[in-house]
Amino acid sequence: MPKRLASSLSYEVLEHVFSFIQSDKDRNVVSAVCKSWYEIERWCRRKIFVGNCYAVSPKMVIRRFPQVRSIELKGKPHFADFNLVPDGWGGYVLPWITEMAGAYPWLDEIRLKRMVVTDESLELIAKSFKDFKVLVLASCEGFSTDGLAAIAASCKNLRELDLRESEVDDTSVHWLSHFPETYTSMVSLNISCLGSGEVSFSALERLVSRCPNLRSLKLNRAVPLDKTANILRLAPRLVEFSACTYSAELRSDVFSNLAGAFSNCKELRSLSGFWDVVPDYLPAIYSVCSRLTSLNLSYATILSPDLIKLVSHCPSLQRLLVLDYIEDSGLEALASNCKDLQELRVFPSDPFDAEPNASLTEQGLVAVSLGCPKLQSVLYFCRRMSNAALVTIAQSHPNLNRFRLCIIEPNTADYLTGEPLDVGFGAIVEHCKDLIRLSLSGLLTDCVFEYIGKYAKKLEMLSVAFAGDSDLGLHHVLSGCESLRKLEIRDCPFGDKALLTNAAKLETMQSLWMSSCSVSFEACKLLSQKMPRLNVEVIDERGPPDSRPENCTVDKLYIYRSVAGPRFDMPPFVWTKDEDLGLRL
Amino acid sequence: MPGTEPVSIVRRNKRSLQQVADDDCGVNGCKSDDPNETAPPPPKAQIVGWPPIRSYRKNNIQTKKNESEGGGIYVKVSMDGAPYLRKIDLKVYSGYPELLQAIENMFKFTIGEYSEREGYKGSDYAPTYEDKDGDWMLVGDVPWEMFITSCKRLRIMKGSEARGLGRGISIDVSFTERYHQLGFSKEIFLASIDSHLRDSMDWESF
Repeated sequence: MPKRLASSLSYEVLEHVFSFIQSDKDRNVVSAVCKSWYEIERWCRRKIFVGNCYAVSPKMVIRRFPQVRSIELKGKPHFADFNLVPDGWGGYVLPWITEMAGAYPWLDEIRLKRMVVTDESLELIAKSFKDFKVLVLASCEGFSTDGLAAIAASCKNLRELDLRESEVDDTSVHWLSHFPETYTSMVSLNISCLGSGEVSFSALERLVSRCPNLRSLKLNRAVPLDKTANILRLAPRLVEFSACTYSAELRSDVFSNLAGAFSNCKELRSLSGFWDVVPDYLPAIYSVCSRLTSLNLSYATILSPDLIKLVSHCPSLQRLLVLDYIEDSGLEALASNCKDLQELRVFPSDPFDAEPNASLTEQGLVAVSLGCPKLQSVLYFCRRMSNAALVTIAQSHPNLNRFRLCIIEPNTADYLTGEPLDVGFGAIVEHCKDLIRLSLSGLLTDCVFEYIGKYAKKLEMLSVAFAGDSDLGLHHVLSGCESLRKLEIRDCPFGDKALLTNAAKLETMQSLWMSSCSVSFEACKLLSQKMPRLNVEVIDERGPPDSRPENCTVDKLYIYRSVAGPRFDMPPFVWTKDEDLGLRL
Repeated sequence: MPGTEPVSIVRRNKRSLQQVADDDCGVNGCKSDDPNETAPPPPKAQIVGWPPIRSYRKNNIQTKKNESEGGGIYVKVSMDGAPYLRKIDLKVYSGYPELLQAIENMFKFTIGEYSEREGYKGSDYAPTYEDKDGDWMLVGDVPWEMFITSCKRLRIMKGSEARGLGRGISIDVSFTERYHQLGFSKEIFLASIDSHLRDSMDWESF
């Protein structure tokens, strides 16, 4: 227990005051005021967020914060989403669970992203935490329905089970049936990532019918329409629902059943799923459309006319995810109907085809920019762009905080002028002063990085691909972007000079990823020696980097700050400055 | 990952892996060459991880392409008792014998002789598949073309489950038609087959 304080405010009072301080940043500031505040704060911190699981060790976390109830951990770097990180790189959660099992018996929330979670880890969670409530596994892998069965069977107070976009191995276990008949606490269930064999409908229906607090339900692809209607009728108080529909001809009895089920759901605000949806069934959801704030149609292959009809029924929409089938005309309709829109994501329906699949250009994005004053977050895939369009977007939206543009063909110039898109992106960073996340694409020279370094003072995450001319580009970013936490770069001519010159900067950031760039192994070793609190990982499956000519460039480089030192679970294709490098072979 | 080879596109500001391995590389990689000189665009090969779309999404797109363009038809194959799953492309096989041979090789076991009336005899295993309606059928019951368009996944069943199936849910297509004419739904039809099995009915009387 903490020492009694000889201060004017007693321990209990301070603890009570601190309980109102939720954000990590603020709590960190509080703990730096003085030693006694540090002590009080560390005993009453309940929530921990670890953005890089290798930046700190579980023992260190436990030593400083002995009474944590909720933990969030992230593992692999973001580019792992695009298969750039080889299998087996790391991100194992078991060591964390093992330590926490002993130290935090009252842990009730675990949120993981991009980590390797085994059935053993899930079984350990089920066994160790008596009051376990929330399990979120986002983009995780390594576990099967056996592990889920263990969670279902043991966690009597489980409120949230969210497997968003994880890869689950099907062992044909009816894991849902492992929730005992006495279990009634489910509030949020997301199993949209599961394959068709992994869910038993009858077990699902029984579960839904006995959980009166269920507010968010995201089912997987295999649930047919008639079952969807049944489940909706069992849970009319849902706020979020992921619907799944079969491609089948319209049957009026199924349609009216579905429409009736939806109209019962007065609190529904968010819909997603829509795999294989047949447009004729869409009117079944019209009754809830006016209240919808979030709509994810990014798996639905419905075309622009049907999308326009749908969107015109949704005036309250704040968030829309959709495929490029919406086309410019659909985005214009969106702009005129949905004045509350805050977030737009447009994905390509056929990204690997050189020819455009749908008539979607930069015009659609410009229309939404001009028509939707509250737009803050954009992710847009398209095949052409112009500086003029980017300048228009920037000037009409100074409040943009996330802007990710992906022009599908690398090195695509301004289609109107043939110039690089430096000026356009420059306008984005200059006008959008609150920009925290930016992804670049198209033909870009070192100039764009000069703009970014000069203006993007609040930028925290930057993604760069096929851009720049020289080390100067990287240097501008590292020396100029004061708030930069994560930088990920691929296929750019950035090399040793910029990296070594800005070595100190790297310790102020969470991580730097560089693949297919021009960094030599020699520079990596040098950096490693210079900066002992950085882990410099060279990921190279071709063999030991120093078996090639000394100035040869490394394949992939992942640099992150860490107080835990080098990690012990590195696979053979990760190379560090390890003194025993010679022994590794 | 099917279909993706690590290819680097040779551009003025990049080097291919080939060059990196062979050439004497400068410390700063390539400087930009004459900006007016552009290498002739290489044939459209897929760049690893580009465009930046998550595998989750790519798989959804891929499935659609396969279904619409007649590309590969990939289905998962599982075997009771085996700790791993495999994936195969049904389009690669010209018929049932080839497919079953491949599966036997994959999981190192034998399937047994197929007969329409009695299913698979002579082994503890029976190959089954889940069709578009979610029903589990014995592999071999429907014509091959129908099978590859309706098969969602394969499962090699073991033991009693297999024997149960083997003895009778192999149904002639004309049977189902007759049942439909009588106004029965497929579910009732299949359920009734189970009970008939137990009574060891004589098929000829149908």
